[in-house]
Amino acid sequence: MGAPSIPRALAIGAVAFVALVAAPLATGSTVLIDFVIRLSALAIFATSLNLLAGYGGMVSFGHGMFYGFGAYCFALMMQRTGVSIPVAFLTTVVGAALVSAIIGAICVRLKEVYFSFVTLAFQMLIHAIILAAMPLTGGDQGLRGGVPRPVFLGVDLSNQMQLCVFSAFLLVASLLVMHHVVASPFGATLRMIRDNAQRAAYLGVAVDRVRLKAFVIAAVFAAVGGVVQALFVSGAYPEFAYWTMSGEGIFVIMLGGLTTFLGPTLGSVIMLLLNDVVTRFTHYHGLVLGIVILVAALGLRKGLGDFVVERLADRRRQEAA
Amino acid sequence: MDLDALFSCFASASCVITQATSGFIIGMLLFLVAVGLTLIFGILKVVNFSHGVFYMVGAYLTLTVFQATESFTLALVAGGLGTALVGWLVERLFMSRIYGADSLMQILVCYALILIFDDLVRMIWGAEFRSMGMPSTFQLPPLFIFGGVVPPYYLFVIAVAALIAVVLGLVVSRTRAGKIVRAAAHNAPMVSALGVNTTVVYGLVFAAGCMLAGLAGALAAPVRSVTPGMGFSILIESFIVTVIGGMGSIVGALVGALLIGLLRTFGALGFPLFNEGLMYIFMVVVLVARPTGLFGKETA
Repeated sequence: MGAPSIPRALAIGAVAFVALVAAPLATGSTVLIDFVIRLSALAIFATSLNLLAGYGGMVSFGHGMFYGFGAYCFALMMQRTGVSIPVAFLTTVVGAALVSAIIGAICVRLKEVYFSFVTLAFQMLIHAIILAAMPLTGGDQGLRGGVPRPVFLGVDLSNQMQLCVFSAFLLVASLLVMHHVVASPFGATLRMIRDNAQRAAYLGVAVDRVRLKAFVIAAVFAAVGGVVQALFVSGAYPEFAYWTMSGEGIFVIMLGGLTTFLGPTLGSVIMLLLNDVVTRFTHYHGLVLGIVILVAALGLRKGLGDFVVERLADRRRQEAA
Repeated sequence: MDLDALFSCFASASCVITQATSGFIIGMLLFLVAVGLTLIFGILKVVNFSHGVFYMVGAYLTLTVFQATESFTLALVAGGLGTALVGWLVERLFMSRIYGADSLMQILVCYALILIFDDLVRMIWGAEFRSMGMPSTFQLPPLFIFGGVVPPYYLFVIAVAALIAVVLGLVVSRTRAGKIVRAAAHNAPMVSALGVNTTVVYGLVFAAGCMLAGLAGALAAPVRSVTPGMGFSILIESFIVTVIGGMGSIVGALVGALLIGLLRTFGALGFPLFNEGLMYIFMVVVLVARPTGLFGKETA
């Protein structure tokens, strides 16, 4: 995978951005507006998890903690300190980087399933802290009372339409940056470590340091996803930092495909549609979702995105032959 | 933080006894769940992230049979065997398809199983908290040992779990079945080449691990509230136990579980608000010092 030149990447990003906001802007439909915002939050989160799990081979089962951290940190900054949105946003990003550097320093030393465990345990610790710190976080009720959104640079995020455009912008920008990371020499090193950590170490790569960097980058973007979600629901809830969030992330990237960069985004679209349709028909949406996952995981054995890409590659090969 | 309470407890025998017995019961229940997890990992090489489901199933089966028959013995047997059956079905239908798959696939399938079982339980038994109540056999006044309060049921649970630990240890180390299981953990294809049907072994080991979790749920039913999702918190704790004790080690599971149990009850005195946090900190300390756990093999 070669890195596209920067002008080309920006052009692709601009087209994607226009495509994302065109339908909501043209129709003004609240369903579409909400969909784009929710999609932005989930797709940023899932792609960041894929950076870790798909490209880094580090299957975190606790990635939701940074999503939750992002939502709480941003919402609390806005509620308590009265700073502007960009300041709160930057603080959240820096905070997520610091927290993830500490947690990551412990986690990345561990391999495979131990890594999954420990990330899960840290997630439960963060969740426990959120529940225990009642006066600050509202405990199990969640952080309520709304997130104030003062106008900045002429952008008014209390207007859903503007929030939709803002979220789509964050989504496209995050995807561009993450793609740059994946396509960079750093990304290549990360994939080498995933495929054979020992070889990478013999070639002089500081394996744990690269893994830690990937962990921090992924955490930062998960927090960005959390910020979008906090803006959307105008609050923050302990479920954001619960294990189900991490499970959902894993499901989304498996659904869309691990080896295709846009796989997790595709997975997010499918997941949201699935959720909306299923909750309309039954209370037991965990049951239906579980069955869909089992069929997809055991039947297809790969994500839809990977499936399609491989099919297309097969066909091209046949045509060439 | 309330260290005074902790120190004054250590000064009195009655307080130490009371806290230690509650620590032991938590530890023993944890051990039953964690040892199943560790057995399954040791032999099948999958981490059963859905192990808590079987704890929940065991508790609900026991509750139902107890309310129908009024017999606690029958309820315990039903909880254990019923869960083993459910576990065996899960292994045959789903788990057997993901052996050797990457951990992402394993986590995903387990995630799906948790979602499905939690909703099934909600459908069958309702979403509310249920409590089973103490069986009449154990409705006795508590014993006083050195002034410490010890409910008789606690002693029963500790005895049953200790018995299971001993029997399990003997089966694995002394019997032919145990030899096959240990050999399969070491090199399954070789065991298969020597004429042992490893597919059957895998199914039985998984079912046995689930039965232990189911028994823990059954024993916990009279003293804890029975609710959908009850399996998840014990799952996290038993992960911590296996990480501390070392994956695949039965002794490690026992020591880890008792340590966590005692940490919880004594920690509740000294750090009432950060009790759970202590557990994670303890785990982190062990991991940093010995990444494979206290009793894990270096190469694991």
